Amino acid sequence: MGDLKLPAIDYGALSPMLILFGAACLGVLLEALAPKRLRHPIQLTLALAAIVAAFVAVIVSRNERTVTIGGAVAVDGPTLFLSGAILLLGLVAMLLIGERSIEHGGAFVSQAAITVGSQKDLKQAGSEPGATEVYPLTMFALGGMLLFVAANDLLTMFVALEVFSLPLYLLCALARRRRLLSQEAALKYFLLGSYASAFFLFGVALIYGFAGGVQFSQIHDAVATPERSQVLLYGGLALVAIGLLFKGALAPFHVWTPDVYQGAPTPVTALMAACTKVAAFGALLRILYVAFDGVRWDFQPVLGAIAVLTMLVGAVLAVTQTDMKRLLAYSSIANAGYLLVGALALNKSGLSSTMFYLVAYGFSVLAAFGILTLVRDADGEATHLSRWAGLGRKSPVFAGIFTFILLAFAGIPLTSGFTSKFAVFGAAVEGGQTWLVIFGVISSMLLAFPYLRVVVMMWLSEPGESTPTVSLPGAMTSAALAIGVLATLALGVAPAALIDLTNDAAQFVR
Amino acid sequence: MEYAPASGTLSSIWLLVAIPLASAAVLLLLGKRADKWGHWLGVLAVAATFVLGLVNFFALRGLEDGARSAEQSLFDFIAVGGLHVDFGLLFDPLSGVFVLLITGVGSLIHLYAVGYMEHDEGRRKFFGYFNLFVAAMLLLVLGNNYVMLYFGWEGVGLASYLLISFWTYRPSAATAGKKAFLMNRVGDAGLAIGIFLMFAQLGSTNYDDVFNGVGSLASGTVLIMGILLLLGAAGKSGQFPLHAWLPDAMEGPTPVSALIHAATMVTAGVYLIARSNPIFTANHTLQTIVVSVGALTLLMGCIIGAAKDDIKRVLAWSTVSQIGYMFLGVGLGGGAYALAIIHLLAHGFFKANMFLGAGSVMHGMHDQVDIRRFGGLRKYMKITWITFGFGWLAIIGIPPLSGFFSKEPIIAAAFEREGWTAWLYGMAALLGAGLTAFYMTRLFVLTFHGPKRWTEDIHEPHESPAIMWIPLVLLAVGSAAAGGLMSTSVPQWLEPVLGAEQAEPHAVLSHTWITILSIALTVIGAGLAIMLFRRGTATEPQRAGVVVTAARKNLYTDAINVAVFEKPGLYLTRALVYLDNRGIDGVVNGIAAGVGGSSGRLRRLQTGFVRSYALSMLTGAVLVVGAFLAVQLGWLA
Repeated sequence: MGDLKLPAIDYGALSPMLILFGAACLGVLLEALAPKRLRHPIQLTLALAAIVAAFVAVIVSRNERTVTIGGAVAVDGPTLFLSGAILLLGLVAMLLIGERSIEHGGAFVSQAAITVGSQKDLKQAGSEPGATEVYPLTMFALGGMLLFVAANDLLTMFVALEVFSLPLYLLCALARRRRLLSQEAALKYFLLGSYASAFFLFGVALIYGFAGGVQFSQIHDAVATPERSQVLLYGGLALVAIGLLFKGALAPFHVWTPDVYQGAPTPVTALMAACTKVAAFGALLRILYVAFDGVRWDFQPVLGAIAVLTMLVGAVLAVTQTDMKRLLAYSSIANAGYLLVGALALNKSGLSSTMFYLVAYGFSVLAAFGILTLVRDADGEATHLSRWAGLGRKSPVFAGIFTFILLAFAGIPLTSGFTSKFAVFGAAVEGGQTWLVIFGVISSMLLAFPYLRVVVMMWLSEPGESTPTVSLPGAMTSAALAIGVLATLALGVAPAALIDLTNDAAQFVR
Repeated sequence: MEYAPASGTLSSIWLLVAIPLASAAVLLLLGKRADKWGHWLGVLAVAATFVLGLVNFFALRGLEDGARSAEQSLFDFIAVGGLHVDFGLLFDPLSGVFVLLITGVGSLIHLYAVGYMEHDEGRRKFFGYFNLFVAAMLLLVLGNNYVMLYFGWEGVGLASYLLISFWTYRPSAATAGKKAFLMNRVGDAGLAIGIFLMFAQLGSTNYDDVFNGVGSLASGTVLIMGILLLLGAAGKSGQFPLHAWLPDAMEGPTPVSALIHAATMVTAGVYLIARSNPIFTANHTLQTIVVSVGALTLLMGCIIGAAKDDIKRVLAWSTVSQIGYMFLGVGLGGGAYALAIIHLLAHGFFKANMFLGAGSVMHGMHDQVDIRRFGGLRKYMKITWITFGFGWLAIIGIPPLSGFFSKEPIIAAAFEREGWTAWLYGMAALLGAGLTAFYMTRLFVLTFHGPKRWTEDIHEPHESPAIMWIPLVLLAVGSAAAGGLMSTSVPQWLEPVLGAEQAEPHAVLSHTWITILSIALTVIGAGLAIMLFRRGTATEPQRAGVVVTAARKNLYTDAINVAVFEKPGLYLTRALVYLDNRGIDGVVNGIAAGVGGSSGRLRRLQTGFVRSYALSMLTGAVLVVGAFLAVQLGWLA
């Protein structure tokens, strides 16, 4: 037996996730040591500072192209770009999470475990400030996502998947209002997430049996040698893909999405819609482009069928939704379909356009959920569609912003929704996947209806007795809204800079 | 054709657009905070632009004879596929004189508006729009390609819409603004398609590329391109058949009328044709069309102007008619391009003078606009009377005032066409001169002379304040002198842009005869008007013959518009709506119902139970794995 040698570790390349994990651990300590009164400001500052520091670290190591820790982590163009995207979107989501001026004590409850509806619970829901654990939890989740998009072997990827999923399950359960729904959502997410993880893990086992290793480069080499067991390869690929498709909310593995998006506290929903999507597609892109590109002709039609199904299911079901959060959930499902269309182009522009789409959509969806946190009545957020009737008369500014975001979702020119859809569809046509684009356009047309229905409702209906008021956003929510809207506009009007960036970044290392 | 890059002083030409634009932005964005000083900022911005324009003009004059142009590219404006458009500016002799006219006359009108709008609550906003208007107009004349021109063109359209309907509480003002906007859209669409055509045929919209490439195009293409440009020009300049908006645009405050009619908007069409002279010169049919439009419009304007009783509307129709002269000039081509530009400049002075004079009269007469209700004002408004008098003598072409030097050469040039058309267009222009003399004299006499016919609430009309009459005096001086000063220097100055005058005119009438005839007709027209109206007129409309009735109804052109465009348009939309309701909507609603129905059914699958979700995931997983294996093992193949 030879000596066990420690693999070389490039700490510089890993610094973004190390900063986040370190800050998260520090946050856990603070939770125990800092006086209760001061925890919120300290934790919030720490979290924002850690995210900014990690983003700076990404920028500093922007020219890094390396595989480190014994081949477990790859730091390359897509890793760095997607890490930067996750951190920026995470920063905006963190602003929504940290907001405490809209509702007394913030969107989170201090002790989620107290029986819902009990005297104690009513007391804490009414007066006590929210739990500050959310900040370290969010940072763990973000750190896990960074690792997820950088993972260069299946086991690291699985660990990263769990690292970012578990905090999200918890975060889902912490809603101050309608906590039963919130707890139900968390439990559903947890059960189905574990279920999907099991598929993933089983797939990893099959792939290991096929390739004799879990590293993507080994898998890539093994795919090229035809004499190995094809059943192990395709069974494994299918099961691994299912695990990732679940996280990305693609049909038929999307079933958790509407329930979880609706039940989770809205800032957490925003975090999931923006950042989890980036992470899931980052990992999917890496697996498809790096490990399994040798069998692209075989998985393209199957995943293509999934993309079509996702786009249609998302669009068709969005039509009859009556709850704003569920509507956005189905819209997010359909968007996952568009993203998969871009990813399935399987060429350089497919990679770059999918990355562009992730950023563009992330900012828009953050702004959309940000608005949702503002439209409230005495019972918290008023998410039923009928309640939004006539909102344009009562609060033209916020209705205007929301209209703009909806138009972006619908893909109207001069918004990022147009440029990003154009980019992924263009890449897919270039990659010979025109049939996917046809379904994509049909789905976009269907999806425009629910968006425009909301617009019509807000502007052309008379405000009723029950039309809720729009709370004045605090500084952080305003900042998040401003960033989301400006990014949506800027990427629609002058997308060239980001497109160049994604083009430069669109090269994996193996 | 090549343009030299801008250097030295001339590299500041972008400021000509930037200064008024920045001022407009400040005025419109600061809101009420700028109410106290906003109007002065507006005046200052335009005056500063005028000074800068002068400096640049003299810098351009200082250049060598053959190299008088300065082109400046600020940034990439549009770069899509083969289309590449710079945000580029061009300062050459032609744009130079336009810049001076726009900013010079514009400054005086701004100054006047400070007094005129003194009691209006929206004065700051008004000056913001005013500056925006000037900025857009300057961009229009300073662009070095057709897209820049179009950009300014639309900016002018927008600003004119805002200004014409400035008094939004008056329904008539709102309607007039809308009418101007819609009729301009028709012309703008023509211009836009013309520009598309240029790009399709020549691959560029830059002036130099287009003009150099025109020679290689088929004659039919040039004709279509020219007609489209002419449509745009007719829309902006209020020429037949798109002239109906211009008189209605009088609903705006009087300084707006002066700015739109004298210095800016309406001259845009003439500028477009003069700038595009290589296109128009390249096709003889095209020139004939332009000449016909000009001649027809100038006669129409005169006839209708003679039957109107609203002081501003008479002036408006006279604008239509005078622009007709300019179109006649640019249509004749050759040396007449420069003549049209001279007439445009001279017209800028005397028309601004008279509009502002009309505003001054209205200011003193409680906003009365009916000339049958004026009379005898010369005793009460001496300065307005004298300055208006200069404008009147200038427009009817009494030597040595400016109109004589600018209009008479156009008439003479019309007689230089070949064959019988020389008689046709020459006589039309000559007749127009006589009619102009008639209706302008009618206006002048009824307003300032004869017995008082005021409404009872007016006792002692007063002269306007100094801030209003000072611009009047300056413009009166311009009306008197501009034409004589420009008649020889301007054609020479514009030669690099518009080409040289033809060497041998072959007029069917000698120049002396034309001069004598036109002066004689002018004197007859004016004399007739003095005889008829020096004792005043009835204050109520009188029964009239066929011609006058037709003229009062704008020669039925509005009715023609309704019959030819509005009615068929209405029927077409109705037919389309019917088709839409019965045919397309049926399909669409069917699809919508189908989607909604399947959505409702699919929704039931979303039960909320984790167990059924897990089951559907398992089904999906089995299908995906099965599909992968099937694809691979050839079960499907």
